[in-house]
Amino acid sequence: MTLQPRHSDENLLRELAPQVLGAVLRRFRNFSAAEDAVQEALLAAAIQWPNEGVPDNPRGWLIQVACRRMSDYLRSELARRRRESDHTIQVPRDEQVAPASDTSDEAGQDDTLILLFMCCHPALTSASAIALTLRAVGGLATAEIANAFLVPEATMAQRISRAKQRIKNSGVPFEMPTARERAERLSSVLHVVYLIFNEGYASSIGPSLQRSDLANEAIRLTRAVHNLLPEDGEVAGLLALMLLTDARRPARTGPDGELIPLAQQDRALWDRHAISEGVALISDTLSRGSIGSYQLQAAIAAVHDEATSNEDTDWPQILALYGLLKRISDNPMVTLNHAIAAAMVHGPRTGLELLATLDADERLAGHHRLAAVRAHLHELAGDRMAAISHYRAAAGRTTSIPERNYLIAQAARLAGDRQ
Amino acid sequence: MKFILMMQFPLGDWKTKGIEAWPPQDVKAHMDFLRRFNKELTEAGEFVRTEGLGGPEQMKVVRAKKDGTPAITDGPFPESKEVLAGYWVIDVESPQRAYEIAARASAAPGPGGAPLYMPIEVRPVMMSSTTGDV
Repeated sequence: MTLQPRHSDENLLRELAPQVLGAVLRRFRNFSAAEDAVQEALLAAAIQWPNEGVPDNPRGWLIQVACRRMSDYLRSELARRRRESDHTIQVPRDEQVAPASDTSDEAGQDDTLILLFMCCHPALTSASAIALTLRAVGGLATAEIANAFLVPEATMAQRISRAKQRIKNSGVPFEMPTARERAERLSSVLHVVYLIFNEGYASSIGPSLQRSDLANEAIRLTRAVHNLLPEDGEVAGLLALMLLTDARRPARTGPDGELIPLAQQDRALWDRHAISEGVALISDTLSRGSIGSYQLQAAIAAVHDEATSNEDTDWPQILALYGLLKRISDNPMVTLNHAIAAAMVHGPRTGLELLATLDADERLAGHHRLAAVRAHLHELAGDRMAAISHYRAAAGRTTSIPERNYLIAQAARLAGDRQ
Repeated sequence: MKFILMMQFPLGDWKTKGIEAWPPQDVKAHMDFLRRFNKELTEAGEFVRTEGLGGPEQMKVVRAKKDGTPAITDGPFPESKEVLAGYWVIDVESPQRAYEIAARASAAPGPGGAPLYMPIEVRPVMMSSTTGDV
């Protein structure tokens, strides 16, 4: 993945990738081999189209090339099995004939969704689901995904093939989940796409710009799901959350790559276009009832993004929204953020009292974020010594270099004030 | 999340119990174990990198002199009790998984095929990305 604007062919290819895979899969049923065949077809297109021009029916072209690869693969598999066994293994007739080119666009759209349900199946670990989704639905090559996650290509290739194997073993069919399963399966899809976004957003500082493209990829995938399921509030909520968070990306980093927290960001750098799209999306969704956690998080992000300064932020509204989020989510990070909002509304002492409840939560006790928030609230309360000590504790616990540098700077600033 | 697993070997034992002092079949069994171990880590989608390091005989400690040129002394730090024999970088779902993998490395076969039970120091690898909003 690069940060240069993608060649328009490449955009088209990646959009078509899941539709082509769906069409091939419907004929051959072998997910693992079909996925490999589609990757080869994408590669062939990336080489041929810039020279020979984009074919009139690019989707049909890709399907045909992928199906040819599939037929080659099945022929060689058959030969191999014949060599290995005395009796001939029957290959279903429909796997032997070359298929006609597919023309139905509607099927292509649904296929994207079915593939997402497959690749984000709850039987997979999140690392496997992320890798498979980026390849099979996102149309990225293994090397690109490996690069984005800073692991060797062989390791990433294994994650993908293990994911395929697990899908095969668990017998997930290539079809829409039943109505009964659907909500749970959709929430897995949203979770995987959310993790991809986070991976990219967390990396959108410092030197690893390549990885930050993952945030764009996650937005693209979520937008595709939203277009297919425009009525789903959580899908719209997740898309809004990503847009409203990503809008702040340009203001998150200082000239030397240092981290700039929300309160100190130059809001003139925020992406107004992304904010207005996100706000419109979430406003429309919230007015329709049935509220979930992505929608609430998006609503909170919208309140931040609409404030002209940190001081003008509507903290009572943020506090109310975190109160709702706390009721539907058992995530200690929510409690942590709720405590910050409470501190902004009712004063730092209230926030510190709420934090005390988190010391007993083993998911967060000893976590650097708890120490960092505590340091910040002690600072607001005027207890400089406690703030310094908690900033330093937080700095020693984080595994992020930019965060550590930020926390060290906070402690140093307060220690310097004393002299 | 990425972790580094550092395989420590007691410095005092290096000369008498280090791998150079093992019978060849034990060295082979050890190396076979490592190859299998690395292959399994790759197949599990968890392998990032591994290196074995030269022994204390090849170790130098370098400090800069005032003029910036190197001042070189032979051997490890005098206060060292253990020597880093090699390391792995792995990418796993949880710290618990990193500890499981470290335990397997710790039990790598030594002389006579008996587990070495080497101490493996496990530490997170710092990231240049963030862990969330500060």
